[in-house]
Amino acid sequence: MNSENNKVVQLNHKRNPGMPLDLDEVLRHSVNRSAVETRAASLAGRRSVKKQWQAAWLLRAVTCIDLTTLAGDDTDGRVRRLCAKARQPVRTDVLAALGAQDLRIKPGAVCVYHHFIKTAVAALKGSGIPVAAVSTGFPAGLSPFSTRLSEIKVSVKAGAEEIDIVIERNLVLNEKWETLYSQISKARAACGEAHLKVILGTGELGTLNNVARASMLAMMAGADFIKTSTGKESVNATLPVSLTMVRMIRSYYEMTGYKIGYKPAGGISVAKTAIQYLLMMKEELGNDWIQPDLFRFGASSLLTDIERQLEHCATGRYAAYAHQPLV
Amino acid sequence: MQTTVSEIFQSLDYGPAPESQDHAAAWLKANQHKFDLFIDGKWVKARGKAFDSINPATGKVLARIAQASRADVNKAVAAAEKAGPAWRKLSCHQRARYLYALARLVQKHSRTLAVLETLDNGKPIRESRDVDIPLVARHFYYHAGWAQLRDEELSDYEPLGVVGQIIPWNFPFLMLAWKIAPALAAGNTVVLKPAEQTPITALYFAELCQKAGIPAGVVNIISGDGETGKALVAHKQIKKIAFTGSTAVGKYIRAQTAGTGKEITLELGGKSPFIVFADADMDSAIEGVVDAIWFNQGEVCCAASRLLVAESIADAFYKKLRARMTKLRVGNPLDKAIDIGALVDKTQLKRVADLIALGIKEGGELWQPKTKLPSAGCFMPPTLITGVESASRLAQEEIFGPVLVAMTFRTPDEAVALANNTRYGLAASIWSDNINVALDMAARVKAGIIWVNSTNQFDAACGFGGYRESGYGREGGREGMLAYLKPKSKRKANPLKALSAAKLKSLEPLDQLIDRTPKNYIGGKQARADGNSCMPVITPAGRLAGEVGLGNRKDIRNAVEAAVKASGWSSSSAHLRSQIIYFIAENLAVRSNEFSRLLQTMTGCSKASASREVDKSIESLFNFAAFADKFDGAVHAPPVRDIAIAMNEPLGIIGIVAPQASPLLGMVTLMAAAIAAGNRVVIVPSDIYPLAVTDFYQVLETSDVPAGVVNIVTGEHAVLAQTLAEHEEVNGLWYFGKVGSVEAIEKASISNLKQTWTHDDQEIHWGTAAINSRRLMEKATQVKNIWVPYGA
Repeated sequence: MNSENNKVVQLNHKRNPGMPLDLDEVLRHSVNRSAVETRAASLAGRRSVKKQWQAAWLLRAVTCIDLTTLAGDDTDGRVRRLCAKARQPVRTDVLAALGAQDLRIKPGAVCVYHHFIKTAVAALKGSGIPVAAVSTGFPAGLSPFSTRLSEIKVSVKAGAEEIDIVIERNLVLNEKWETLYSQISKARAACGEAHLKVILGTGELGTLNNVARASMLAMMAGADFIKTSTGKESVNATLPVSLTMVRMIRSYYEMTGYKIGYKPAGGISVAKTAIQYLLMMKEELGNDWIQPDLFRFGASSLLTDIERQLEHCATGRYAAYAHQPLV
Repeated sequence: MQTTVSEIFQSLDYGPAPESQDHAAAWLKANQHKFDLFIDGKWVKARGKAFDSINPATGKVLARIAQASRADVNKAVAAAEKAGPAWRKLSCHQRARYLYALARLVQKHSRTLAVLETLDNGKPIRESRDVDIPLVARHFYYHAGWAQLRDEELSDYEPLGVVGQIIPWNFPFLMLAWKIAPALAAGNTVVLKPAEQTPITALYFAELCQKAGIPAGVVNIISGDGETGKALVAHKQIKKIAFTGSTAVGKYIRAQTAGTGKEITLELGGKSPFIVFADADMDSAIEGVVDAIWFNQGEVCCAASRLLVAESIADAFYKKLRARMTKLRVGNPLDKAIDIGALVDKTQLKRVADLIALGIKEGGELWQPKTKLPSAGCFMPPTLITGVESASRLAQEEIFGPVLVAMTFRTPDEAVALANNTRYGLAASIWSDNINVALDMAARVKAGIIWVNSTNQFDAACGFGGYRESGYGREGGREGMLAYLKPKSKRKANPLKALSAAKLKSLEPLDQLIDRTPKNYIGGKQARADGNSCMPVITPAGRLAGEVGLGNRKDIRNAVEAAVKASGWSSSSAHLRSQIIYFIAENLAVRSNEFSRLLQTMTGCSKASASREVDKSIESLFNFAAFADKFDGAVHAPPVRDIAIAMNEPLGIIGIVAPQASPLLGMVTLMAAAIAAGNRVVIVPSDIYPLAVTDFYQVLETSDVPAGVVNIVTGEHAVLAQTLAEHEEVNGLWYFGKVGSVEAIEKASISNLKQTWTHDDQEIHWGTAAINSRRLMEKATQVKNIWVPYGA
């Protein structure tokens, strides 16, 4: 990895080494769904950012996006277009009008399948934007485990600095905690210096209790980030799920002193929702968790909506889709 | 200098997010910041002085408000009285349309109303916008429904007439809705006095009434302070006073209305517990605490202001709580990102500050985050005081501010004991992810509203109101409608005549009756009257039918002690209670001839009349034995994912002073209803004809009635009723005794605000259709609403 690239990814804090599996701690947490939903529903109404605060927070949101393409019809051309957009995520005239031209606004990473890592690395060369690859039999995570581990290794070798792995949902549903812990630990080892994001597939875990337990276990096994979804489940990131996961991040931090990142993915497509997530992170965890080293959105169309809102902040006129360069 | 985008990008601070007050300000300006009284559909100048309504966040005057004098109150009541007949004559559907129109108007004007409420009260705009005003609209919608269904669903009832309503400053507009919507739906007309600190939204509502075309005089809004309230309470034509506010004023109103026959509902103070078990979702419980005590600056009657936390998790919980408190933002209530606004005025701010100082003096450990407060206005940071014990005044006294006091418990039993260790009983919030623990606690905590794993949930369909000194009556739901109705009277009520004992003409024994020595019946045993005196029972012919003990206050004390010990009856199964009451009926039937003869001898009535009274008594026992396991509660469907279980719970201990006439039937009817509902009773029989009752305890003894459930003390009505009325362990008092004592007894009942029910010195026809069994069961119970959210 070159040093320039490290600037974005490099954690501003100690990297989580993981810890031995403490099942008592994993199972200790009970999550009351109704209460979590009540809190999640009221969060958005409790805080509001307007005017230049809105613009600044939206720019911050851009820096936390993992600009993603994970479709069956992805091609080198498609990935290059995405990378070009990553290099200039917001129009320069809009940035200038907001006085933000010197903020070096760029997304957290570009996230692709293994097949396109090389294309993306080449397209992003010199930008400081890392490439993230989804891995381990994405999205179901059910290919042979040895295959999954070697998948991580080849992706890291191909230049991915961040690896988004998926867990086997059946291990959570059937409470095979030791196996799950062992798999994630091995994945972490396979990542080496690359950062490990663990996708829980929360839409397929059934209960918030399972979400909480899988979150805690993944952090114990050495996750750098915990992430909600592949984007392929029928239910992806939601605020109640997010609240459950960030509370586990807080518990892990209180217990170990290590800060784990959070990545909601799937279904976050408008600026307003993005702001709600940032507000939640600030309220539940604090400003450290609204930085790209501890927070990412897994999204692509979100960027366009944010651009439109930024243009509105800059000009006072509501903006058009066609005026924003295609993601 | 303006903060730049670049700076905020780094700091990630919040900026100002003020709600626009343009519409509200324009409305105040259009009214020249000056308001008269709304009487008979018109704005009327007040005879009294004017006062200022002040924005507590800035100290600035919002408007000059008229103070209604006694003459103005008279005028308003006269207008309501005049409007009554036409309003009552409307069809249910017509009244429903008016209430529906009000609901729609509240929604249409919701933003202006929210801003006005925040300006006047100091509460955060988020709350007035997301909580207060939507609940108001919901209340009018819900009661538009009751207006529509009144004659179908509540066909045995009719409206009361003119209702006087006095509301507090903490939820000015919501409390207006809670008062006006059910009153109008039932067919009453109203005179409402908003709090002097917060009259603005009520005055705006007057305009909405005009827009809805509410007939003149149906709604009258008179602003003013306590003096105006006093005049309203004292007004002779007012049929009911509905009050929400402090317990002190509630007691004053109870005393003032004593003996007047005015109905009252009182929603008063509280010191509600927030109970956290070790298995609770701790992060969610923390948010619960925030919504419990830092909602509306803690100026909430049902605020869970006493944190009871399992000792095993207390330190961890306090740590999390303190961390959460640092995130609370205090400031300009019009800012959309503010959690805690201004307290309502300087008086309240000082009161809260004084109580905090007292708490520290008592050894409590104070913790406040280093929250920046605005330099002007009545602001107070969120406050946690740990190490408070039940003996501390802060654990007992309502603070009505953003102050949480915390203590620990070890076991569920101890949590119940601490939770119930209070004069109040409004609400409780119970946090446990174990349904066994949560529901057990819900049943055992004495409070009108229980929130499981949630807090401060409100809905028009779910009754709201407290146990003990927290209140009197319910608002919302069917029970809330009943509070604005009375049973339709089939015949005109006659004044009750006092019976006095005949003059004793002969000391010669009558049959063998004199050989017996009826005693009091206490704790399942016959007990000699403490004073060792007796009083004669004289037949109308002047013959001595017997002598019974002359009970005194100590006998009442002993009887109540026995009733306290018999608490198992209140949690026994309805089936068991039913069986025992049937058994009483069976055993009375066995001895019906004997009781019939006794009634004839004692009262001089005919054989037919005596037999009828015994038969009716047996029938009455059957009635309430039947009702014991059929007086079901309800399951409400509030617009959240909860089931709200409305449980009919017994009052506890009821003192019953039985009628002078119908000495067996009156007593049996009242006793049967009370014990069927699970109450324990202390009965004072007819003072003229007590023998039927003193013989009755032989029936009780043979019927497996557990000791202490029914206790009987003979003696003078006024004297014994007074002791019962004053007794702090007695929860209800039913006075149907000798005329002329109702006022004194109701006045004597205020110390613990016991639920009183009297004949109002009117004749009652026992054993007829006038005695509605369901109504008696309602009188014997209070509704507890348990909110149980669910979700796997």
